[in-house]
Amino acid sequence: MATTPCKYDWPAASDRKLIGKRISRIDGPAKASGRARYTYDTNPPGLLFGKIVRSPYAHVRITSIDISDAQKVPGVKAVRIIQNEGTEIQWEGDEIVGIAATSEEIAEDAARKVKIEYVHLPVFVADANLSAADQAARTKVTKDDQQGDVEKAFQDPDAVISEGFYGQPVICHCCLESHGTVVIFNDTPSVKVWQTTQAVSNNPGQYAEVLKVPASSVEVICQNMGGGFGSKFQVDRWGIECARLSHDAGGAPVKIMLERAAELQVAGTRPSLYGHIKVAAKKDGTLTAWQSESWGTGGVAGAGVPPLPYVFTGIPNQKIKYTAVSTNTGGARAWRAPNHPQSAVLTMGALDDLAARLNMDPIEFLTKNIELAPEPLRKYYLDELPIARQLSEWNKYWHPRGQGGSGPVKRGLGVSVHTWGGRGHNSTCNVTINADGSVEVALGSQDLGVGTRTVINIVAAETLGLPLEAVSVKLGDSRYPFSGASGGSTTVGGVSSSTRRGAVDARDALFEKVAPSLGVAADQLECANGRVQVKGNSAKSLTWKQACAKLGTKPIQVTGKNPGECNLSSSGVGGVQIADVSVDTETGIVKMNRMVAVQDCGLVIDLKTAESQVFGAMIMGITYSLFEEKIADAQTGKTLNANMEAYRLAGIGDIPDLVVHMMTGPGYDERGPVGLAEPPTVSPGAAISNAVANAIGVRVPTIPLTPDKVLAALNGNEKGATA
Amino acid sequence: MKRKKSKKAQSESGVSRRDFLRGAGVAVSGSILAGEGLLHATAESPGEVRGPGETKIVLRINGKAETLTLEPRVTLLDALRNHLDMTGAKRVCDRGTCGACTVMVDGKTAYACSMLAIEAEGRDITTIEGLVPEGKLTPVMQAFVDNDAQQCGFCTPGFVMAMTALMKRNPNPTPAEVDLALSGNLCRCGTYHGQKLAAMQVAKGVAREKIA
Repeated sequence: MATTPCKYDWPAASDRKLIGKRISRIDGPAKASGRARYTYDTNPPGLLFGKIVRSPYAHVRITSIDISDAQKVPGVKAVRIIQNEGTEIQWEGDEIVGIAATSEEIAEDAARKVKIEYVHLPVFVADANLSAADQAARTKVTKDDQQGDVEKAFQDPDAVISEGFYGQPVICHCCLESHGTVVIFNDTPSVKVWQTTQAVSNNPGQYAEVLKVPASSVEVICQNMGGGFGSKFQVDRWGIECARLSHDAGGAPVKIMLERAAELQVAGTRPSLYGHIKVAAKKDGTLTAWQSESWGTGGVAGAGVPPLPYVFTGIPNQKIKYTAVSTNTGGARAWRAPNHPQSAVLTMGALDDLAARLNMDPIEFLTKNIELAPEPLRKYYLDELPIARQLSEWNKYWHPRGQGGSGPVKRGLGVSVHTWGGRGHNSTCNVTINADGSVEVALGSQDLGVGTRTVINIVAAETLGLPLEAVSVKLGDSRYPFSGASGGSTTVGGVSSSTRRGAVDARDALFEKVAPSLGVAADQLECANGRVQVKGNSAKSLTWKQACAKLGTKPIQVTGKNPGECNLSSSGVGGVQIADVSVDTETGIVKMNRMVAVQDCGLVIDLKTAESQVFGAMIMGITYSLFEEKIADAQTGKTLNANMEAYRLAGIGDIPDLVVHMMTGPGYDERGPVGLAEPPTVSPGAAISNAVANAIGVRVPTIPLTPDKVLAALNGNEKGATA
Repeated sequence: MKRKKSKKAQSESGVSRRDFLRGAGVAVSGSILAGEGLLHATAESPGEVRGPGETKIVLRINGKAETLTLEPRVTLLDALRNHLDMTGAKRVCDRGTCGACTVMVDGKTAYACSMLAIEAEGRDITTIEGLVPEGKLTPVMQAFVDNDAQQCGFCTPGFVMAMTALMKRNPNPTPAEVDLALSGNLCRCGTYHGQKLAAMQVAKGVAREKIA
């Protein structure tokens, strides 16, 4: 961050009227009243309904496709073969034929009349079993490194060693608004797309390239979207086919929204990660060695290398091997903090087991080894761990492992720490101040539900000394200036910074116009409380409307950019979470009692929506820790739970008392808004798994912590680490 | 009737719910269908047979009669969304699990995805659009806004309907009663914490007659 003052700097804490306060999201009323329109809700006149015929098999070659009967169904307007004869299909649900018809029911009728024949190919989906994957020639070692001398460290007679197996299966994004588009593609050429997307500004070029039309002829709109979580960046094949069906149907609008089964089969997963971990520490708890052999799948293409060991990257002796496993399952997409939650389960689980072997309080153990975490994270953790300890009543409820009470229901606490990069992405906005006093900020960003609109509104209003409702925010349309995709927790950093720069420049331009009538130099003016005034002298002032009236017929229009002059954002956040659970050792059911999150994200723009992000991340984390698993049938590769009954999300009754503490003030605010959506999603799996181990005395090796696995661990049938 | 067609489809690619319903045909006798269950009613009271082609259906939605021409296999949800452009009720799971399509039928919550439009004839249907004029908020909606009980907002109308129905029958629920009343709805962003706070705000501050 800038050390010398800069005109764009974030206002000092004492000057903030809006930034950092608890402000209700500005699109809340539209959403709560059911009036907010999503892509799924877009019904232009003459709309046709599209359906995709998908492969019912996980690994086949198409030998023939006959669409003639489908074409004859009355009401069918276009049928397209997407993948032709001879194509090898690598996962269940892959797209083969697209249909557009006058009603959804007719499109379904026609879909059932498409005849496709296949030859079956060998299916492999057993990603948890590395030796089976090796035998099936489905593995590729993508990391095999070492530093220091792990063997020597493990053989040290003073070393305390813990070995264990840890892991988690593939899970889905399960966005409630499924992936999809409405497209009008005519010969002008004009391609108008409503898409549920995290990348409004990036998508037009992707359509243009494939459809071979000028990018300038493509408009992508996303005013509201029903969740993305990393799965909605690209233009998908069904989006392209939706456009082509529209074109084939003479430019009629076509809507293709994925059915729930398809959403769970093909629209994105989080890779699995399993690993045998061996860790060593001196008797005083100082970590000395880390050895991991891990593997996972993200579908046919395997999966990326996870960051192991997680956070404690400075362990002196390390031996790390990672194997990507290829399976016949729908492909992985970025899933809220890619690779971090999985790496936390392996790392924090192994470290927790080692702490138990050392008879150390895990918070003390993590604190003792904090020097092994990179800067600047150490300071954040050292600030956060004591707060989490207090909020969780750790000293009251934590106990050495296995001493969870004498009755059948055992209580335990577990801790995990996490990190994420964040930063502000590239963003451009137009800020307009009109002579009538109205103000608009427009940019090609999107609001996934994190409160992007609200954050932009807050920054602009704060900068101009106006109430929120005096500023109009326009986003969700690629005709607005380019703003980056919402990924990597970079949106708030990006749009806040571009808006701040644009609003400061617009304000300064207004000062130039107003200064003569107030008889001072422009740099002697300030915006405050809906007025433009001489600094510190509200008696010499104009109302906002009076000031803007000086603009005459020429509005102020400026562009705000990120990156730009003065560093307004930065990178690197830290967070701590503690889970408090009760485990019924007779039924194996894990019940959450409480969960505490202490989270840093740099400067908080809107405390209310920031806290919501963390509450939501913990709930999502409870869901994947206790329930979520995409189950593929070993023989056929079919997803056995491609529906919301069996692909279970937590309900309100599964959610315990949640406590969120946002780190703010010196050491945090001056770093600018960094990023928040992803980091608090990282720790729940590890913290909850550690809490269960603390309660029942044995490690349940893999999440989700379902009753069968808890009972198996208690019965010694699962090989987790014990202490 | 298109029973044959249904059997054929079943042998080719399994049977979908819509296909099954279409094949079964729909017999209508007054308004007895929904409460009794479709198949039961069909067996017990043959009555007038409508469909499987398009037929005229009159629905009373938010106090207003809406005349539609649609196939009997069209769900109430699809009738609302695809034929009336009333998109507050969302389609998410499309099979009675997630509650995003929650409406009220004769004052009780119902999954619009799991009821045929033709079943809803003669019933009082209330959608979220019918709770309050555009631009206004009910106390439950206001509580969702105040407590940030929504993120992406896609599940929100369903939750608002479920909470509204709860508050109308029990304006001062306990937290456990709130959990039970909202247990038929699912959220992916994780807004349950805000929803609990929202429910308590309404429970403490709003008289039953002002709920909706």
